[in-house]
Formats: sequence, C-alpha cells, structure tokens
Amino acid sequence: MASVGIKSYAYCLNHAPETGSYYGGTPHEARTSGKEQEYVDALPKHLQTYDQALHYAPNQTYIGGISYEEFESLATPWTDNPLPDEKAQRYGKFGELMPEDEFLGLISACDEFELVWLEPSFAQAVSEKLAKDPFITEAIVKRVVRPKNMHDIAEIKAEVEERDGLYLYHDGKPVGCVRSGHPTDPCLTSHVLLENLAGKASGVLALLHLLKNSGLDAKDLDFVIECSEEGAGDVGQRAGGNFAKAIAEVAGCVNASGCDVRGFCAGPVNAMINAAAQVASGARKNIAVVAGGSIPKLYMNSRDHVKKGLRALEDCVGSFAVLMLPDDGTMPVMRLDVLGKHTVGAGGAPQAVTSALTFEPLQAAGLTFADVDRFAPELQNHEITEPAGAGNVPLANIKMIAALAVMKKAVEKADMMKFIKEHGTVGFAHTQGHIPAGVPFIGPGCELINEGKIKRFMVIGKGSLFLARLTNLADGASFLIEAPTGKPASSSAVTKDDVKALILEALSEVAGKLN
Amino acid sequence: MDLQNQQRVKDAADKYGTDCVVILGSSDAEGAEIYAETVTAGDPTYAGPLAGVSLGLPVYHVFDPIIRAECDPAAWEEQISMMEMVLEPDALAEAVKGMREQYSKNVIE
Repeated sequence: MASVGIKSYAYCLNHAPETGSYYGGTPHEARTSGKEQEYVDALPKHLQTYDQALHYAPNQTYIGGISYEEFESLATPWTDNPLPDEKAQRYGKFGELMPEDEFLGLISACDEFELVWLEPSFAQAVSEKLAKDPFITEAIVKRVVRPKNMHDIAEIKAEVEERDGLYLYHDGKPVGCVRSGHPTDPCLTSHVLLENLAGKASGVLALLHLLKNSGLDAKDLDFVIECSEEGAGDVGQRAGGNFAKAIAEVAGCVNASGCDVRGFCAGPVNAMINAAAQVASGARKNIAVVAGGSIPKLYMNSRDHVKKGLRALEDCVGSFAVLMLPDDGTMPVMRLDVLGKHTVGAGGAPQAVTSALTFEPLQAAGLTFADVDRFAPELQNHEITEPAGAGNVPLANIKMIAALAVMKKAVEKADMMKFIKEHGTVGFAHTQGHIPAGVPFIGPGCELINEGKIKRFMVIGKGSLFLARLTNLADGASFLIEAPTGKPASSSAVTKDDVKALILEALSEVAGKLN
Repeated sequence: MDLQNQQRVKDAADKYGTDCVVILGSSDAEGAEIYAETVTAGDPTYAGPLAGVSLGLPVYHVFDPIIRAECDPAAWEEQISMMEMVLEPDALAEAVKGMREQYSKNVIE
C-alpha cells in the first residue's frame, strides 16, 4: 500500500472586511453596475468587527482555537453564541486570524514589483504590529517599510485617479493602493493584481505557520504545490503561475521549488493526491500543499445577508497548508490506493458523483461506508449559505452518502439519521471556493486520529469545472487518511517472505482441491 | 434561474411554443417555485430575459408522479433514487404544481 505521512497542517484567516466590501465579487459588481445602491449603502452596517470575527466559533475551529469536537457541541446559531474571551484568541493550534491592517502590510511585503504602495505612517504602524507576530519573519517585517513601497497620500491618490490603481482602505480611509501592472494587459490590472497578491500573502502566512507547527526548517522544504483559485499570468499566458514558488520565496524556503494545481474547488484534493504521489515515490523528500485565499469570494452571499438583516460573515480570506513526509509509521497516513475519481463518463447526477467518490474507492479497498469514521465533503459554514438559499452543504453531502450507503445495503434505512449524525461533519469554513473542499478537516481529523478517537476519515472535494465554459462536466476527487500503521511504508511493501507465504497458501488450496 | 438558462428556455419556447415542457431538478422547494414562476409567469427578480415575459410553459419537477412514470425505471434507479431518499419529493412536486396551476397555458395529459 503506497502511503505518505501527514506531518503537520496550518489554517489561517485574514480578516478583510473593508477590502471585501470594495473588491469582493458581489459588492464590486454592485458598485460598478450602479444599479444596487441600496445594497452598497447597507453593506457596511452588516460588517462584523475583528473582535466579533475572533469570537465566532467557526473561525476559531478553522484556526484550531477550539477543537472540532467542542465546536460540534456548541449551541447554534453561532452568531448569537459568541465564544468566551479565553477561547477567542488571535492564535490557535493550527494558525491565526490576522487583522486587516496587518494583512495589508503582509500584501505589501509580498510585492516584488512596486505594485503596492502604503502611506508611510500606516506602513510603519503595521510593520510594528507584524513584528509582534511570532510567525512573521524579520525579513518580512522589513519589507513592509521598503521606501519604494511607501508613498504619501497625494501620490497614492494620483495613482488611483490617473493610472487605474485601486485604493486600499483602513478605518474608512485610503491608506494605500494597488497599482496597475500594465497600461493595456487585462491580466495585469490593479484588480487582478490585488487578488493575486492577497492570494500569495495569505498563502505565505499559512506556509509560515506550517513550518513552525512542523518544526521543519524553511531551508529543508523540498517542494510546494499550490492550489488556490487565482490565476497569475499575462496576456500571453493568462494563468501561467507560479504561486507556489513565489510563496516559498517569501517564506525563505530557498531550497524548494514548486508548481500550481488547479481544478476549481477540486484543486486542493487533487493537489494533495499529486503531492502524496510524489513523496511516496521518492521523487520529493517532502511537499507542502499550500493555498492562499480569495478576495472575489468575500461577501459573495452578502446580498441575501443584507436583505435578511443578518451579519455579513464572509469577511475572511482563508488559507491552509499541509506538510507531507515519507510514511515512517508514526504519522497519520494518506493512502494512495483508495482514491475517488469522478471520471468523464461517470455523468453529473449526484448519485453518480457520490458513488464515484465514496462507494467505488471504498469497495475497491475492501472497505464499507461504516469503516469511515468521518466523511469530510464541502465544509461550508451553513450560517453563510442557508440565508442565501444554498442550504447546508455538508449536511446535504452526508445525506447523499448515507442514502447511497442504504442503497448499497451497507446501512439499514432506519439507521440513516444515526449514520448522518455519527459519520458526518459540521461545516466551519468560509465560502472561499476551494478552501471548504474537504481539506479544512485534515487538521481536526488528524488530531482526532492522534487522540485515538477515530481511525479513518475521507476528504472529498468537488469542483464546478463548467464555470470556465470549457466543458459541462464537474470534477471531484477523494482520499482517505488513517491512523499510523506503526511501521514505515517501505516495510509494508511485498517481501520475499510475503511471496513465499502466498505461494504456500495457493499450493495448499490446490492440494485441498485435489483431495 | 440564471440568465443563460432563461435565454435557453426562451429560445426553446420561441421554437416549440407551449408544447415545450420544462422539467426542474431543484433540490429545495423555494428555488423550485421561483424557477417554475420564471418559466410560466416571468422572472420575478426582473434580472433576466424572461423578465416581464409570461411563457406559460408546462412545468414539472422531476419528482412529479407524471414525470416519474415516463422514466426508464433502471435509469431512475441508477441516477435519481438516491436523491429521492435525500430530498422531499412530494414537497418539491407540490411547489412546482402550485405555479403550474396558476400560470401554465398547457399541461401534460
């Protein structure tokens, strides 16, 4: 059985309400169309403060401030049941929830082309704040106050008004801008560059946390596979890449290289499978799978939140990172012999997709639905999606899995609700597209394995490929993570003795039949 | 209903009139009702090509017994039976029926 060890994981959030209320896809469209002034005017009244975001249980679950088990037991709605102060800290076991001003500083630090200008006093203030973040390197702090990235507000204003820049805001005032990267190239507009730099910066934050969480020296990281939603390129190659290497550079991983994997929301799961295969084969010593978050997804459903008088919760750019090492028998393992694959010919019916991603790989491995302690499909927070009419996505997914289990006679129909409760997962991820796609559970799931509470969980990602207008197909992939085997993967390969035992067994069977 | 699908339905209705049957697969009753309204009375959100256009098409949810009876049982078992267990088929069919009875100019007999 080919397998890799899951050494460590990191999950971070960057609070970005002001950036989101200007450049999130929905608010931006409303602002530019000029047709939805009522919504645009109302949105600021629905934003939550950083303190509210810190006290919001799904956010703390994402960064590991509270355990997944505790999260499951909390009273809902989470908006009305804020966590107590001692559980609402900036830093969790997996990562942090960074305030927006520091995020703007980090974005500036990740800029190599003088594209981000910050007003000098703002840049100075946020660099001092970032210096107190134990995960941010000294080099990054210094980059925030590079003279070439600091310009007074008059120059910033001119850049926005005369050369298509975009303002960056803090406390309702412009504190900087992202400049246009080219006078005519549509792939290098200030808007595209803001999205890409924010994706890069949030990816850097997740990678920095991963390095600390794992104890791996930045210089020892071999390879990065990045799997966010953004496309970085120019008019000659619209999504040429490479976020992975750009992120590794800022994080000081001088001996690493990297590449990007995309697939809409199925990107992270495919990236995990790619990385695992490379580590298991020995092609790479170790790999960090990393994804930064998405500015366009901020406040995606806020029209409905505003309409229904709710808090607009989609205010965080999400990121994650997972470190894979060769399986030495001590770490939770990702199996490469049980991979769900949604084939071209499988069809798009939910039944076909669910079967391809759960039943078929489990059956091939001699496992059944009940052998999987937890299924982690799309983990969107339902307090975000339900008011927008998208329902409770993780619950809908586990219901489908349970119904399929009943059809396959793995679960009694009378036990369907019990199966849903015991084997499902409650969503706690921001609607960042790729981020909710199963991978937020890798951290909590591995913790549960390490605590001996579960033996196995399945991560499922599905992607809406049809959005790109290339095909009507969707995509999906899945994999299993299991408890450590206690022995290195190499020792589980077939040995001479195994072959001898098999031959003897076969011969005795033949002998039995002859008798 | 997204704008492209509204256009597709409009194009089909232009060609086939009210002989064009719309079958919905929406998983929630509220959505199914809005889609049914869109292809009968017109787009209630006034955002798409069917805003102010009352096509009056016969519209059914795939879980409506009339549609179910038309389907190949083997294909139904393979493609739809799982979702039948997960969703509330009767409520979905009823939600669409309400709109059909009010606004459709034709029905399957």
